[in-house]
Amino acid sequence: MDPRSRSPCNATALGDTKGRCPVARRLQARSPEPEVDALRRGDEAAFVDALQRYHGPLLRLAMAYVRDRDTAEDIVQEAWLTAIRLLGRFEGRSSLKTWISGIVINVARARRRKESRMLTFTSLFGDLADRRKPTVDPARFGRDGTWRELPRSWDNVPEASLIGKETLARIKTAIEELPPKHREVIVLRDVAQLDAAEVGTMLGISAENQRVRLHRARAAVRKALEDYLA
Amino acid sequence: MKCREMVELMTDYLEGVLSPRDRRRFEEHIAGCDGCRAYLEQMRATRDALGQIAEEPIPEHVQEQLLAAFRDWKSTGT
Repeated sequence: MDPRSRSPCNATALGDTKGRCPVARRLQARSPEPEVDALRRGDEAAFVDALQRYHGPLLRLAMAYVRDRDTAEDIVQEAWLTAIRLLGRFEGRSSLKTWISGIVINVARARRRKESRMLTFTSLFGDLADRRKPTVDPARFGRDGTWRELPRSWDNVPEASLIGKETLARIKTAIEELPPKHREVIVLRDVAQLDAAEVGTMLGISAENQRVRLHRARAAVRKALEDYLA
Repeated sequence: MKCREMVELMTDYLEGVLSPRDRRRFEEHIAGCDGCRAYLEQMRATRDALGQIAEEPIPEHVQEQLLAAFRDWKSTGT
């Protein structure tokens, strides 16, 4: 028997009281973290620091599942309350950010299920079929497969306008329009900036599927930016 | 490698998962193709801009409530 499976599972942390949560199980196998220790000692400054640093990424993550901003704020708050309740039982084998992100995902998924009883299958064979679909309009290439018209360099787009308020609003809209599975990956990877291994563990998807989703999501956001900056 | 194929390898390249041989071919193409170089830069800029949208401050009342919950936990040890 794997010794890890005997240790108390913090599945409840992820909203699964029956201990069946695969996210919780997969997160067990990592090395300890100083930030988690500080929280478990009751360090208030460390707690406030974590609240402030992770609020934005967690809010974006919640918004990958629900459209409404107030609902997303609720989800993040509920996730923190759950985390506080379970701090004593958390083994600290994943980073705090990964752990709390996992809780947000579970709370958000539960909330979404409650709100819409209908299961939505984006596509059962999504990743496989997706891999073959081009992410750039084929009309942009000539018969020989080279660019008909070159993409415009963004070198002379001022830095300020690439991260300006309006541009960021366009990016948010583009993310909202993505298929949920792509949205989930791009938010975890590029918005919350978790690493590929952590995200793979959290979502239980292969590295390759993660890359397919990330690629399609980035390509869609790139396209939205290109249209906007044109 | 054609430009049409290049654009589908951009994320694999940025993720560092191309085989040494594919990576070399990819970089050779980029070196000689303005279009693909611009596209790769756009993908990088997109990724970096995505990291900027997360900067949202936590509402003060939420922070206060959570800190209170944290103190409760600390004082009761549960």
